[in-house]
Amino acid sequence: MIEPPTQSLPTERTGTPAVLVRDVWMDFPHKQGSQATPVLEQINVEIPRGEFVCVVGPSGCGKTTLLNIIAGFLKASRGEVLVEGESVHGPDPRRIVIFQEGSVFPWLTVSANVGFGLNHVSAAERERVIQHYIDMVGLTGFESAYLRQLSGGMRQRVEIARALAANPEVLYMDEPFGALDYFTRFKMRADLVRIWQQEKKTILFVTHDIDEAIQLADRVVVLSSRPSTIRLIMSVPLPRPRDLNSPIYLETRDRILNALGMSLRNGINASCGSHSDASGNC
Amino acid sequence: MTPAVSGEQAALKNDPGERGGVSPPVVSIVHRGADAAPLAGITARAIVLPSLVAVMFLLFWDGAVRLSGSQLFPKPLDVLWGLVELAKKGLLVKYVVASLFRVTWGFTLAVIVGIPFGLLMGSNKLVQEAFNPLIQGFRPISPIAWIPVSILWFGVSDAAPVFLIFLARVFPITVSTAAAVKSVQSVYLRAADNFGLTKFQLFSQVIFPASLPQIITGLRIGLGIAWLVVVAAEMIAVNSGLGYLIIDARNAGKRYDLVVAGMVLIGVIGWLLDLLMRQVERFQTVKWAYGTLHD
Ligand SMILES: Nc1ncnc2c1ncn2[C@@H]1O[C@H](COP(=O)(O)OP(=O)(O)OP(=O)(O)O)[C@@H](O)[C@H]1O
Ligand SMILES: [Mg+2]
Repeated sequence: MIEPPTQSLPTERTGTPAVLVRDVWMDFPHKQGSQATPVLEQINVEIPRGEFVCVVGPSGCGKTTLLNIIAGFLKASRGEVLVEGESVHGPDPRRIVIFQEGSVFPWLTVSANVGFGLNHVSAAERERVIQHYIDMVGLTGFESAYLRQLSGGMRQRVEIARALAANPEVLYMDEPFGALDYFTRFKMRADLVRIWQQEKKTILFVTHDIDEAIQLADRVVVLSSRPSTIRLIMSVPLPRPRDLNSPIYLETRDRILNALGMSLRNGINASCGSHSDASGNC
Repeated sequence: MTPAVSGEQAALKNDPGERGGVSPPVVSIVHRGADAAPLAGITARAIVLPSLVAVMFLLFWDGAVRLSGSQLFPKPLDVLWGLVELAKKGLLVKYVVASLFRVTWGFTLAVIVGIPFGLLMGSNKLVQEAFNPLIQGFRPISPIAWIPVSILWFGVSDAAPVFLIFLARVFPITVSTAAAVKSVQSVYLRAADNFGLTKFQLFSQVIFPASLPQIITGLRIGLGIAWLVVVAAEMIAVNSGLGYLIIDARNAGKRYDLVVAGMVLIGVIGWLLDLLMRQVERFQTVKWAYGTLHD
C-alpha cells in the first residue's frame, strides 16, 4: 500500500541553499599541546531551504561538534559555513539550536520560556505568538507550569516552542528526543514532522538513531566514527506519512547500516571501517 | 501498522488551527507538592517531639540551678520574669528594634554592594583576577577585630555596628555571588547567546536568575552570621540593643536573669530570621534549584 505524498516536499531548489557547509575540518587541540584530536574531516553538506536533513553517526563521532560549528558556537579549524549565502561567525536568532542537554530555563514558566526570544514585539503580539506555539506543541493548559513540573517529553516541547516562537529560518536540533522513552519519541517525531510541514522551516537534526533519521528526514547524512567523514548522503524516497513496513524503508536502513559497516542480518561486523579505534568504538 | 505511521497520519490530518495532534498530557504533576498535605501523624510528631525535648531541657536547667544553690544564675522562671520586666520598662521592644535596625542596614548595604560586584566578578575574568586577592585577604579578618577601628571612625553610634556588619558580610557575599555566577550551566548561556540577548538582558534575564538560588542560600547563612556580629558589636560599640543589654545587665548589678533573657531573645530572633529567609527559598523563581528540599 503505497500512498501518494499528501504534500510535495517543500524543497525549492532556488539559488542559494539555506545552509552550506563547505570543506569543514575540525581538530581539538590537546591540553599538553602535543597532538590534536582530529574530529571532523572534509565535511561538505548543502541544505536547500525547507529541507529536513538528519545527521546520523556513532556516539562521540563529532555530531555535536559539527552542529556547534554550523550554528556558530565553535570555529572550524578549516572551511566555512554559509547560511543564505552569508558566512557564519556566531550564533544568530535566525538560526536556533535545540541543545542536547536541554536549555529550557527552570526559573521561568512555560509561557515565559516560549516568549523568551520575543523581545521586540508588542505585548499583545507576544501573548498571541506564545499561545500559538504552546498550542502547536500540545502544551495547552501548562502555560504557567515550571520546568520541574513537566515530564521529559513536555520539556522538549517547551524547547521546540521556544525555538519556533523566535521565528528562525533554520532549526538545529541535537538529539532532542535522545532521553525520551520509546513511545514518547514516536509521538514527538510525528509532531515534529507535522510542525515542520506547517512552519516550513529548514531543519538539521542530529541523532544516533538510524530509524529516527529515516522516519524524519528528506535526506540523511551518515558520518563515520571519529575522525568523522561523510560516509553517505542519501535521500529517503518515502512519501509522507511514512510506511515503516515498506520495503523502501528497510532498504534505506540497510544502506545506512552498510555505510557504517553494520548489518542487521549478520549482527555487527567485526570491521567497523578503516577509522575504528582501538577500543572498538564505531 | 506501527504506531509511528498512525501517529504521522493523525498529525497530518490536523489542520494548524486545531490544537495540534497532541492532547495536553493529562498529568497532575503541576499541582504535586504544592498542596500535598503532609500526613497528620508527621505534623503531630513534628510538634510533640521537639516540645518534649524542650520541656526536659527546662526541667534539667531548673533542677541543676536548684541543686547548685547558685544565687546568681537564674532558673527558667526567673528568666521569664526578667523578660516581663524588660517588656514593662519598654526596653524589650526598644533593644530588639535597635539590633534588628542595625542588622538590616548593615546587611542591606552589604547586599547592595556585594551582589552587583559579585555578578561582575563572576562574569569578568579581569575583574576577578584584579580583586580576588584583596578580597581573600580581607575575608579572614574577624569583624570583631574591626571594632576599635570602627569606634575610631564612627564613635559610639549606630554607624559603628552597621559598618561592622557591612564589613563582615560584604566580602563573603561578593565571593559567593561570583561563585554562583561561575556555576551557571553553560547551556543556558549558549541559549541566551543564540536568542541574541544584549549584555544587559543576558545579565538580568539569564545570569542573575540562574545564580539567584545559590546567592539566596549564601544570604540565608550570611544573615545568621550578621546576627552573631551585631550582638558582639553592641557589647562594645553602642549603648542599646541586645548585645548591650547582656553586658549592661551583668555590669550593673550582676542581673544574670536579664543576661539570659537577652540570650533567649537573641536565639529566638535569630531562628525567626532563618525561617524568614527559608521562605524566600520557596519562591517559584528560585525553587527549581533546591530539589525537593522544601517540598
Ligand atoms: N571542547 C572539546 N575539547 C576537546 N575535545 C572535544 C571537545 N568537544 C568534543 N570533543 C571531542 O570530540 C569528539 C566528538 O564529540 P561530540 O560531542 O561532537 O560527539 P557526538 O557525536 O555529539 O556524540 P554523542 O552522540 O555522544 O552526543 C569526542 O571524542 C570528544 O571527546
Ligand atoms: Mg552530541
